[in-house]
Amino acid sequence: MKLTAAVLSLAAKLLSGATVRWFECQPDPCQRVYFANHTSHLDALILWASLPRQIREVTRPVAAKDYWNKDFLRRYMAKTFNALLIDRDEIKVHNSPIDLMIREMGSDFSLIVFPEGTRNTGEEMQEFKSGLYHLSRKRPDLELMPVYIDNLNRVLPRGEFLPVPLLSSITIGPPIWLEPKENKNDFLKRAREAVRRLKDI
Amino acid sequence: MTDAIFTSATTWLLLAQAGVAPPVAAPVAPASTAGGMRLDLRTLILLGTVLGLLAAASIIGRVLRRSADTTLNPAMVKTFRSRVNAWWTMYAILIAGFLVDFAFRYVFRATIATVVLFGLVSFWALREYITMTPTRRGDHRTLFWTFFLFTPLQYVLVGIGSYCFELYTTMIPVYASLFIPARIAISGDPKRFLERVAKIQAGLLICVYALSHAPALLSLQLHYSNGQPWVIDAQGTSGSNAGLLFFFVLLVQLNDVFQYVWGQLLGKHVIAEQINSSKTWEGVIGGLMSSMILSMLLCWATPFSLWEAPCIALVVSLAGFAGTMTMSAVKRDRGVSDYGTLVQGHAGVLDRIDSICFAAPVFFHITRYFFSKL
Repeated sequence: MKLTAAVLSLAAKLLSGATVRWFECQPDPCQRVYFANHTSHLDALILWASLPRQIREVTRPVAAKDYWNKDFLRRYMAKTFNALLIDRDEIKVHNSPIDLMIREMGSDFSLIVFPEGTRNTGEEMQEFKSGLYHLSRKRPDLELMPVYIDNLNRVLPRGEFLPVPLLSSITIGPPIWLEPKENKNDFLKRAREAVRRLKDI
Repeated sequence: MTDAIFTSATTWLLLAQAGVAPPVAAPVAPASTAGGMRLDLRTLILLGTVLGLLAAASIIGRVLRRSADTTLNPAMVKTFRSRVNAWWTMYAILIAGFLVDFAFRYVFRATIATVVLFGLVSFWALREYITMTPTRRGDHRTLFWTFFLFTPLQYVLVGIGSYCFELYTTMIPVYASLFIPARIAISGDPKRFLERVAKIQAGLLICVYALSHAPALLSLQLHYSNGQPWVIDAQGTSGSNAGLLFFFVLLVQLNDVFQYVWGQLLGKHVIAEQINSSKTWEGVIGGLMSSMILSMLLCWATPFSLWEAPCIALVVSLAGFAGTMTMSAVKRDRGVSDYGTLVQGHAGVLDRIDSICFAAPVFFHITRYFFSKL
C-alpha cells in the first residue's frame, strides 16, 4: 500500500510538474484543514502528493463516496490515499459529514477539503459550501490552510480521461481561523478570498 | 585555468590510447563504419577540454561568490553561476547519451540514447511553452496528440536515421500542421480558432521539429566538401558525428555568451527595446566575430576547412540570435521573464535552448548537402 502510494504520487508529480510553494507558512504535522479550489479530478491526488512525506502520512483527502466507490480501481486508490469518503446523497442530521470528519480526524489527522463541493468549470471559483464553517465551529483549534491550485484544470479538465502534461503549481497560504462572533457568510467569504488571493502571489 | 585544461586533455589522451579508442576501420572503406556511436580521439579531446573549462568556470564562480571585496555586480555573479550550472546539466546530458550509445555501439546501429535524451528535452520545452500559452478547453485532445504522438514519433523517425529523412522532415510541417486545425475544428469551439492553431503549431515546430535536427546529425555519412572521406589518421579512421554535434552545441552556446559579454562591454544600440533589452548591435556583431574565430580554432574536430568553418559559424550564430529574439518576443507577449515554472522566475529549459532550436535546422542542412553522402 505504501509502495503504491509512493509510485502513484511520483507519477502524479511527474505528470503535473507541480511546483509547491509555502507562502508565509511552513509544513507542519499539526492538525490542519487544507481547503482548496477544485478544478480537476487530480486535485486531491496532486495536493496530497506534494506534501512532505511525514505530513502526507497524517493527511486524509475528503472525497465523494458516489465517485470513489464506483469500481475496484477507484476504491483501491481511495484506500491508498487513506481518503475519507463522504456520502453526498444521504446527509442526515444525526449523522452529518462534519461529525464523521471530526470523528475520523481524531487527534492526529489533517484533512484536505474542497469547499466548492464540486469541480468548477468556469474561470471563477464558486461560492463555498458551509461545511468549513461548521467544522471550525466544532473544532476551533484546527489551522485552516488556504490552498490555490493553478493550471491543473488544463492537465485533466472535467470530462476528459487523457491528461496533457503541462506544468501546474500549488500555493499554500498562511492559516486562518474562525473569529469569535463571525457569522457564517462573512467567514465563508473570507475563506474564499484567502484562496483567491493566492492566485496573484 | 590552463593547467586544468591541459591535465584533462592529457588524461583523455592517455585514456584514448589505453584502449577506449574506437575500433579501427579498414583503410579502404572508412564510410562503412557509419552507424552506431563512434567517439574518436579528437572528440574526446574536445569533450575533455570543455570539461576542464567548465570546472574552471565553476571554481571562478565560487571564488567570486566568496570574495567580499569584488567590484563586480552580485547579480552578475549569480547569473554567471546559474549559467555555469545549466551548462553542466547540458554537458552531462550530452555526455550521458554519447557514453550509453558508445557502450552499446555493437548492439544498436542507431544512436538511441542521444536521440531519446534530445526527445526528452523537446518534450520538456514544449511543456513549458504550452503552459505559458493560453489554450482553450477544446484544444485538450489536440494537445494530447501533440505531446504523446507527434513528439515521440518525430524522434523515433530521427532515431531510425537517414532512411527516414523524407518522413522526419515532412511529418510535422505537413501532417501535424494539418492535423492540428482539423482536430480543433472537430472539437467544435470556433472562438479564436486561427490563433489557437498557430500557437500549437509554432510550439511543435520550434520545440520539437527544429530541435530534432540536432540529433539527426548523428546519422549522416560525413565527408569533406570535396567529396573525400573524412579520415582523421593514417589508419583511415573516420571522424565522429558525435564530435560534430558537440561542436554545434558548443558553438551556439558560446555564441550566446559572446553576445552577452560584448553587449556588456560595448553595447550602446539596443536592437528592439521592447523585445529584449539586453541584445545590442555591438553585442551581436562582436558575438558573430568571436564565434567565427572560435569555429576556426575548433575546426579540427569537424569536416570543415579553415575557411568553411567561419562561414558556417556566421550562419549558425545569426540563426541562434534569431531564436533568442523570437522566444523573447513570445515571453514579452505573455508578460513573463522566463519560461521556467508557472510562477517562479528561474529560467527553464526553453530559455536555454532557444538559440539551439533555431540554429539546428540550418546547421543540419548545410552539413547534409555539402558534407555528407546524400
